[in-house]
Amino acid sequence: MRKLVASGFKVLIERGAGAGAGYADADYEAAGAALTDNAFDAAIVVKIRPPEPAEVEKLRVGGVLISLLQPERHPELPQLLAAKKVSAVALERIPRITRAQKMDVLSSMANLSGYRAVIEAAASFGGFLGPQVTAAGTSPPAKVLIIGAGVAGLAALGTARALGAEVRAFDTRAAAREQVESLGGRFLEVTVKESGEGQGGYGKVMSPEFIAAEMALFEAQAREVDVIITTALVPGTKAPVLVPQKVVEALKPGSIVVDLAAEQGGNCELTKPDEVVEHNGVKILGHTDLLSRMAPSASRLFSNNVVHLLEEMGGGKAFTVNLQSDVVRPALLTHDGDVLPPPPKVEPTAVPAAPRPAAPKPVPPEVKAAKAKIRDPVRRPWGTTVGSLLLVGGLFLLGRFAPGDFLQHFTVFILACFVGWQVVWAVTPALHTPLMAVTNAISGIIIIGGMLQIGSSIDVATLLGGAAVLIAAINVAGGFLVTRRMLKMFHREGGS
Amino acid sequence: MSGTLAIAYLLAGVLFIRSLGGLSKQETARVGSLYGIIGMALAIAVTALRWTDGDLNIFVTRGFGTVLLVGAVGIGCVVGAVLAKRVEMTGMPELVAILHSFVGLAAVLVGVSSYLAPHGAETTMVSLSVTKSDSASVLVHLVEIWVGVAVGAVTFTGSIIAWAKLKGSLSGKPLLLPGRHIINLAIAAAIAGLAVPFVQTQSPNEGVLLLGMMAGLAGLLGIHLVLAIGGADMPVVVSLLNSYSGWAAAAAGFMLANDLLIMTGALVGASGAILSIIMCRAMNRSILNVVFGGFGTAEGKVAAGPQAAGEVIKIEAADLVAQLQEARNVIVVPGYGMAVARAQGAVYEFSKALKARGVNVRFAIHPVAGRLPGHMNVLLAEAGVPYDIVLEMEHINHDFAKTDVVLVIGANDIVNPGALDDASSPIYGMPVLEVWHARTVVVLKRGMAAGYAGVENPLFIRPNTRMFFGDAKSSMDALVAGLK
Repeated sequence: MRKLVASGFKVLIERGAGAGAGYADADYEAAGAALTDNAFDAAIVVKIRPPEPAEVEKLRVGGVLISLLQPERHPELPQLLAAKKVSAVALERIPRITRAQKMDVLSSMANLSGYRAVIEAAASFGGFLGPQVTAAGTSPPAKVLIIGAGVAGLAALGTARALGAEVRAFDTRAAAREQVESLGGRFLEVTVKESGEGQGGYGKVMSPEFIAAEMALFEAQAREVDVIITTALVPGTKAPVLVPQKVVEALKPGSIVVDLAAEQGGNCELTKPDEVVEHNGVKILGHTDLLSRMAPSASRLFSNNVVHLLEEMGGGKAFTVNLQSDVVRPALLTHDGDVLPPPPKVEPTAVPAAPRPAAPKPVPPEVKAAKAKIRDPVRRPWGTTVGSLLLVGGLFLLGRFAPGDFLQHFTVFILACFVGWQVVWAVTPALHTPLMAVTNAISGIIIIGGMLQIGSSIDVATLLGGAAVLIAAINVAGGFLVTRRMLKMFHREGGS
Repeated sequence: MSGTLAIAYLLAGVLFIRSLGGLSKQETARVGSLYGIIGMALAIAVTALRWTDGDLNIFVTRGFGTVLLVGAVGIGCVVGAVLAKRVEMTGMPELVAILHSFVGLAAVLVGVSSYLAPHGAETTMVSLSVTKSDSASVLVHLVEIWVGVAVGAVTFTGSIIAWAKLKGSLSGKPLLLPGRHIINLAIAAAIAGLAVPFVQTQSPNEGVLLLGMMAGLAGLLGIHLVLAIGGADMPVVVSLLNSYSGWAAAAAGFMLANDLLIMTGALVGASGAILSIIMCRAMNRSILNVVFGGFGTAEGKVAAGPQAAGEVIKIEAADLVAQLQEARNVIVVPGYGMAVARAQGAVYEFSKALKARGVNVRFAIHPVAGRLPGHMNVLLAEAGVPYDIVLEMEHINHDFAKTDVVLVIGANDIVNPGALDDASSPIYGMPVLEVWHARTVVVLKRGMAAGYAGVENPLFIRPNTRMFFGDAKSSMDALVAGLK
């Protein structure tokens, strides 16, 4: 909201819209929005659930509707929207590419429902989820089976782990293994090899042999686990049945099944949407309102997604429906009176067991060779040895021809170089700037050179000497003073 | 008199060494600088005494000289004091560079002056008036003057250019003339070649002319050398000029046959050389590469590897504050951007606010962060950050994995993961702060521009990196306000 206002939108909000999520109308007004009774008349309408036909009627002709649309279940909707010349952006159709992740409503919502599924299961479950060690005895952790390790499944996995449960997860996609294991879950496999990699990060429908093996696995697992959470959805069709009656009957009494696919028919054969079914002492939770149970968080995530989408579409200043955008175009259901066909899908799928993309790229051999050459311990001593031999030879030559007085100074010079070398290496890097300032100051010692050049008479040499003294004095005074100033600033924690 | 002088000079030299040695620890540094001041005072006092020849009447008899000497010292001290007082800590690189140029200029002046009238030659033989019999000494003396003036002139002009570049009056972009190595070589050859007529000439006027020509050439060389060096290499250049200024002083010592000058010059020269070496190691470059480089240009961009796919994720102040409140370990990595925005005070307030919440806050300093070796340490110290939570790269690099939030303030190349794993990167092999091992890295930046090395930074598109755009100071202020 605030972000939208900042981005240049004028924001209208339907009276009472935030009540379910704990936001009062006054809060919205304080955030810069205006209240309205006729929200559907706005240029851009943001909604969560697909609109009713009556609501479509109220939309502005040529406006923009951003919402979950689910044309698979509301086949009449595209025609109605097209008739009103509405540009309808179906949030669930935003492609799952990296750039669009922050606008992916489904992921946000799946995350929430995965979390809530565990909480609901824990609330209905009669035991501890985490292991307990008490004076009265110990109890082992509850075992949780998660079927479908998508966004919701992984969220459920993390939550169950955090509560202390032992978690195993199953997914037909090999890419899920790493993710499951990274969250501390055990990844289950069937013996039949078949990749369930489908488009857009969803699983696809599997072959009969695979399903048979899968069922056998689930049945075996059901004997062990206390909680089953199913999250398997294949877009646009009825959810696959993964937990048949047989599996439910294999569960211990008191176990819990949470079916996140209840709205789309359920992964469990016995699921009834919005009901808690009890079968042989096993409770099957078919809640479809998990998101509403977490309305404030859901609302915040949803609005963030929408804000990102609106920013992608140009923000308040330059809002357009861009048919070229690889984010907006796939999600666009109707535009300017036409029902748009879904675009060719060019979505990337996750690479199974991605070979660690962070791994360093191999170094090209020639670079490696060059580097190795510089660091080669054999090469360096050779260079150094030859260099020093030449140097020593040069020194002897110098000694042969140079006057003795010069050699005496030269000795001082070389020794001083070595002393300086030793002393300066000991200086802590933190004090390198003061070091430079101090060396600035002491190299002002050239002042004595200038002083010695000042004679009694006014000649060029004297004047030059005077100038040198002046400049060097700046160095001496400036260098030392600034060093003192800097050193005064360094202090330890808790006083100087 | 000469004996006293020798001992006093010796003492002054020892005091200088102790003053450098004191800098090895923060605790001893202040005493060390005091030693340096005493040493300098001693040297000047004794030289002044020597100048009077022990006869205090000389102040009267050498009236003009006295006035000149006292006036020069006085004015110089006042100017120096004002400079030292006025300088902002962010402006330290400029001050250091300009002080280098002064040493260079002083060396040139002393050199020319000593050629004209060898008052200062305390020993007997060093003078043009010396008889031909001691021609070797004369030759050595002339060569000493020649070298001293050359080094001084290079230091002078080079430092002026470095100063202008640091100040921003000159663009940080390297100026790459075609055949610049040839130009350098030609100038160097000309300087060496002109020495031959200089030592042979008998006429002082011709000598001064040659000396002046040579100084001009050497100055040109200094300008050209530093112009060709890019902004990223400024710390090395400043260290190198520090070294040159030392050698210039040492050369002046040779021509005046003054051991104290020689010794001090050598100390300073060695110090600058070490700093240059440290800087070069920190960038994984050889010193020759820096001096003749022209790094940080379009060439570097071409070499950059394929654009890694990924997305920049932004973060707002409020979210970052929430994250920081949850954090236990926070490391701040300051870069030159912090200095530019003068955000060090806000950064200190920020660290205090976190500390008050019981967060372990530390600072990580890369050797080449900033424009001067140790520049960041001084800036943080100025703001009041205690030095024991400011750590060097090798001491903190392995701690990033245990860190919740790393805040990178206006730094770029020193936190570039490409330096470790992208062989095509121009900065490949340079040791960097491995901030990306932390749970979250937050980069404070004004925009998405590349660093001084002109290299893309894959850090910015890592999944655990958040970009916090805006001016470093106002961003930090917002965080401090949020944390309080």
